[in-house]
Amino acid sequence: MTANAWLLVLLQSVLFLLGAPLLVAWVRRVKARLQNRRGAAWSQPYRDLYKLFGKETLVAHTASGVFRAAPYIVFASTLLACTVVPLITVRLPSAAVADVIVLVGFLALGRFFLALAGMDVGTAFGGMGSSREMLISALAEPAMLLAVFTLAMTAHSTNLASVIDHQLASGLILRPSYLFALMGLVLVAVAETGRIPIDNPTTHLELTMIHEAMILEYSGRHLALMEWAAQLKLMLYGVLIVNVFLPWGIGTQLTLPALASGLLFVIGKLLLLGVILAVAETGLAKMRLFRAPAFLNLALLLALLGLLSNVILEAGA
Amino acid sequence: MNLVQLSLLEQAVFVLAALILFLSFTLLAQSRLVSGIHVFAWQGAVLAGATALVAASGAHHLFISAGLTLLLKALLIPWMLHRQVRKLELERHVETLPHAALVLMGGAALVIFSYWVVVPIERLELLATRNIISLSLAVVLLGLLIMVTRRQAVTQVIGFMSMENGLFLAAVAATHGMPLVVELGVAFDVLVAAVLFGVFFLHISESIDSLDTDRLNRLAVPEDEP
Repeated sequence: MTANAWLLVLLQSVLFLLGAPLLVAWVRRVKARLQNRRGAAWSQPYRDLYKLFGKETLVAHTASGVFRAAPYIVFASTLLACTVVPLITVRLPSAAVADVIVLVGFLALGRFFLALAGMDVGTAFGGMGSSREMLISALAEPAMLLAVFTLAMTAHSTNLASVIDHQLASGLILRPSYLFALMGLVLVAVAETGRIPIDNPTTHLELTMIHEAMILEYSGRHLALMEWAAQLKLMLYGVLIVNVFLPWGIGTQLTLPALASGLLFVIGKLLLLGVILAVAETGLAKMRLFRAPAFLNLALLLALLGLLSNVILEAGA
Repeated sequence: MNLVQLSLLEQAVFVLAALILFLSFTLLAQSRLVSGIHVFAWQGAVLAGATALVAASGAHHLFISAGLTLLLKALLIPWMLHRQVRKLELERHVETLPHAALVLMGGAALVIFSYWVVVPIERLELLATRNIISLSLAVVLLGLLIMVTRRQAVTQVIGFMSMENGLFLAAVAATHGMPLVVELGVAFDVLVAAVLFGVFFLHISESIDSLDTDRLNRLAVPEDEP
């Protein structure tokens, strides 16, 4: 039984690994349709990764061991973070041993090494990107933790599986705190995954790039791992948002029909989220970097209001 | 107080009340004048929605006040303010907010303070939605904070009006609204206030050529200013 459950963790990791490029392809394709373009094929992100894995990996002669190790650490920590979030079923042994604070820790570890790698080679762009990434993450992390604490106060647990269980067990309840936490978490997710109002994932314009600036020196399989990790992170935040706030449909038993329906539901929810993301990215313009603190301040305020309204309006609930 | 025991309608009232509080924070952080007026209109609309929900859950006479609120605070007063702004050519006016983050955190502190003040009242056996009183007190205090931190006369008026929104929310949530006569009187008061403020705007802008109320503190503009 337990061995089977751990096989499920493996299955979930594989689903994350294969699904992340597909989600990116879906968002790009919807975006292209909205902008009256035809867009690239579904398989384009996979082909890109395949191409990068086959290419020669060049390393700058000033690079140290950190630069070589960083892609593996970033990729591994993001993948480990992915195993903590229940994707198709709540009964996940990895979700039971690690709670949401561990998840934030995994993401912070990856980000730390990403920023180190950006500064390692010593180019101006790498350092600039790292400093910007740290600015944004230092502001985004408190907001994310506050949003998570709001959920934890309702469910009396920081474990994601218990939060989802509690949500499923109590049925449809309109909670103001969940609304605020959801809005705060969406803003944090946009900032952390480098989507449009904060960072543009498709540009290499030197004045504005954040994530791209840090991985500018990478090539070959290192670059492939970094890009794959970024795609994983997008899917991770997407799954976190849809499964924690709208958990209906996720499998609660370890039977094949429950797992299959959980998979179908999560695919549907992620596709819908991808459409919303694409519409938002088409409608919004990228902000100046110095507006980003105000954006994240709003996220912090929303999360704080979520916490306060939990205490004021729902105490004892 | 257990949210699970409430009906879905009452839960929706809670959500709308929380949204009103959020819109107060948006007003506090809004630097564009026209957007501020729009946010104020939305706050009025959400307030009308909350009133209508309370009315639907039993107190049917509140439908009248809901309609009145929608008409006055979501449509008429924002329209009047908008017309004033257009007349005074302030449409593109952007106010710089000193210490914006600090003011927002101060607002959050006000929410906690009003919760602390209202806790004894909540022990009274009023309606199930009595927890909203602390939110509405916070909306009132946030309106005051808007008036204190802003220098633009129009935004100060918006702060004043959003204070009134908070009072109305408290009345609706705690006791199913005031008697209709009182409500009509208050609504008329607010309307007259809006008209009077409009006249004031004109006079202020005629006499000092700006709506920056800080300049009212000086006796005259020094001639030798560069």
